[in-house]
Amino acid sequence: MRARRWEALLWLGPSLALIAGVVFYPAVALVRASLGRYSITGVFQGFVGADNYARLLEQPALPAVLVNTAVWVAAVVSVSVIVSLGLAQLLNESFPGRGLVRAALIVPWAASLIMTSKLFVWIYDYYFGALNHLLISLRLIARPVDWLGDDATVMGAMIAVGIFVSLPFTTYVVLAGLAGIPGEVYEAARVDGASRWTTYRLVTLPLLKPALLVAVVLNVIYVFNSFPIVWTLNDRNPGFGHDTMITYMYKIAFKSALRDVGLAAALGVVNVALILVAVVVYLKTVRWEEAGA
Amino acid sequence: MKRAALGVAGCVLAGAVLAPYGVMLLTALKPDAELRTTPPRLLPLSWRPGNFLEVLADPGFSDWLRVSLVVAAASTAIVVLAAAPAAYYTARHRFRGRTAFLFLVLVTQMFSPTALVVGLYREFFELDLVNTYAALILTNAAFNLAFAIWILRAFFASIPREIEEAAAVDGCGRLGTLGRVILPLSLPGLATAVIFAFIAAWNEYIVALTLMTAPERKPLTVGITSYVTAYVQHWNHLFAASVIAIVPVVVLFALIERHLVGGLTAGSVK
Repeated sequence: MRARRWEALLWLGPSLALIAGVVFYPAVALVRASLGRYSITGVFQGFVGADNYARLLEQPALPAVLVNTAVWVAAVVSVSVIVSLGLAQLLNESFPGRGLVRAALIVPWAASLIMTSKLFVWIYDYYFGALNHLLISLRLIARPVDWLGDDATVMGAMIAVGIFVSLPFTTYVVLAGLAGIPGEVYEAARVDGASRWTTYRLVTLPLLKPALLVAVVLNVIYVFNSFPIVWTLNDRNPGFGHDTMITYMYKIAFKSALRDVGLAAALGVVNVALILVAVVVYLKTVRWEEAGA
Repeated sequence: MKRAALGVAGCVLAGAVLAPYGVMLLTALKPDAELRTTPPRLLPLSWRPGNFLEVLADPGFSDWLRVSLVVAAASTAIVVLAAAPAAYYTARHRFRGRTAFLFLVLVTQMFSPTALVVGLYREFFELDLVNTYAALILTNAAFNLAFAIWILRAFFASIPREIEEAAAVDGCGRLGTLGRVILPLSLPGLATAVIFAFIAAWNEYIVALTLMTAPERKPLTVGITSYVTAYVQHWNHLFAASVIAIVPVVVLFALIERHLVGGLTAGSVK
């Protein structure tokens, strides 16, 4: 029995070493940093207890950042999931060119997020962007809109990009869910004389519930963690008025005159704690013990 | 009739998804002077594929490309070397700590390096590894490990034990069995793990942005943003470089599409 334990350690060793060194240790370093004070060049200057957390609560930008984060996550995830239901239904049917459409949907998923974000900065451009030109040509707007510079539109513009890049993964998860519904179920509904919409509402949707829950929880984690879109599209706005908890943390730590490692680490610990909550929800959702073991 | 309507809807969807990348490609083909015309034109007046050659000849771009290739290839190799034995052992053996190990792996999959970036920076700062390949390679390897373990485990578990027993009779050791019998039989799973790990490292941004500050140590994702700053606006070069970075990745991604959802949802969606 004892030999078996050592044997397992040998086979799992490389993975365990990686996880310990690059996931677990940084988490410890993060917690430690959140309890310390650092010079602007990053030199440790001693422990300060919960001081950084207290200062975090006093930051004038915090309320707006919390609201932004909630709006960003809720809007991107809810719209992505609802639109994906339709897209998956379409891609689940057979029609000429379906393979090509599925391939097209892969592009925003595979492309680097920073490159897609830069692309949208260009498309949203006030003077030279394709979006203003298109909307003016269609007479939907009378004059150009400064999508990324106007406080009223920048969050919506970022959310639209967030949805655009979340749709492929979400649609594929729903498609996998649809593939798991046996054909006899639909046959039975048809025999009972159910209309297409009734069948969808009373048969398909309930059977899709596990896949939808997975899509929602994983997207909440991904979108909460998302960095490049908000970082890039909100780039030229000063202050923290349109930041999420992730980009706010990054700016505190590495950008602007702040360079406040302790404060950023305190926010980092809060972010990690929130993700852990989501992970627990995910594990409950997929009843992990059964599925994984 | 219905199939035709679906086909039209499919075309509209594909068009909507690809339209932004069409703007990317067309902008990459415009000369500098045409970037700033009002109203903007979709198509270039004079097509300039030379932008792609200029990007490829740019020494900065060569540096970024080399860094991206080295980091993605090395981290992928580490992922496979670490994941294959773990996936094999957990697929074939029940032992104390197996569930705990798989749980740990699942948790790391949920954590992108983003939330931990301040801690990662502290660690590599203290180890004096800022601006080194090692830091970026190890970070990518650790966070892409989970996907590889899930995918490989599923493939290993589907291989009948009898094949292994036959290999053992023929005098294969256990590592030999894994390398010469199991892995070749799991090639689709191995390819999926390799491609996924490579693309994830290729696209990684936040850790590279934080750790790699020396210009010649930046990967593509970080480096190409210097084509458009507050001082210079070479959108055509930025997008030519982006197209070069995106096209191979989309092709590779399409190859593993079928296996992606299973790996990303950790066996919960069947």
